[in-house]
Amino acid sequence: MHVNPAHGSSTVHGSYRSNTTGFILSLLLTLASFGMVMSGKFPASVTLAIIVTLAVLQIIAQMHYFLHLDSSPTQRWNVMVLIYTLIVIVFLVAGTLWIMYNTGIRMMPMPH
Amino acid sequence: MFGFWVYLMTDCILFASLFATYAVLRHNYAGGPTGMELFDLRYVLIETMFLLFSSFSNGFAMLSVHRGSRSATLKWLLLTALLGLGFVGMEVYEFTHLVMEGNGPDRSGFLSAFFGLVGTHGAHVSIGLIWMSVMMWQLFTKGITPVITSRLLRLSMFWHFLDIIWIVVFTVVYLMGVL
Repeated sequence: MHVNPAHGSSTVHGSYRSNTTGFILSLLLTLASFGMVMSGKFPASVTLAIIVTLAVLQIIAQMHYFLHLDSSPTQRWNVMVLIYTLIVIVFLVAGTLWIMYNTGIRMMPMPH
Repeated sequence: MFGFWVYLMTDCILFASLFATYAVLRHNYAGGPTGMELFDLRYVLIETMFLLFSSFSNGFAMLSVHRGSRSATLKWLLLTALLGLGFVGMEVYEFTHLVMEGNGPDRSGFLSAFFGLVGTHGAHVSIGLIWMSVMMWQLFTKGITPVITSRLLRLSMFWHFLDIIWIVVFTVVYLMGVL
């Protein structure tokens, strides 16, 4: 029987090549992040900027090579929902930090 | 597939709320231990490897499904589940160790947020393992049918999604906690 799964909008099949590429990239990015922090050779601010960048790159690599999100027409709606979700996350996280930071400042003991 | 993707995106928002909570409480130690004192990066790196290798082997399971090979799919899924079990086992050990030393979620705001965030991810992986066991049984008894292929695709999306969330967890909680 021909296996034809009912998937029009999203596929996770891909190829051996994309699975291996995604894995090797993720492995290298993970090792670079841990290596950088564990070595302790770099200033904290530089390390922070680099590990955040490496995490973002790894998220993009896994979404592309493991989840096969791209600009093709079949992925269009999946990407749209992802973008909408990212906007919600930015509002949620930035808004929480902003409000709680201000609350923290206002809760400080006042000098008499 | 689209519906399941939308569910995963709502799950992203759940995790975003937990990350926001953690970011607010990350320095509220209440005189208790800090991340620097508690986290062992070598341990977390091994944990991370378990999850990353399981995502890789899950990819091979899906490729075997599309090749129509039931025995290969079962073998890859078994390997994926064992690696996932290794991850959950390491996390359970870490949590037990923390609680035994009096550093449970009740110790400080930082630890409440830590257990809430990392525990929710761990619970997702555990549910994924139950789902994977059920799928292995269905594959074993029914073979590769269109319905089972479709279910395996969703499971695969869920598994890769959890690995992506873990990238943020190890960066924000463990690496930034030790920095």
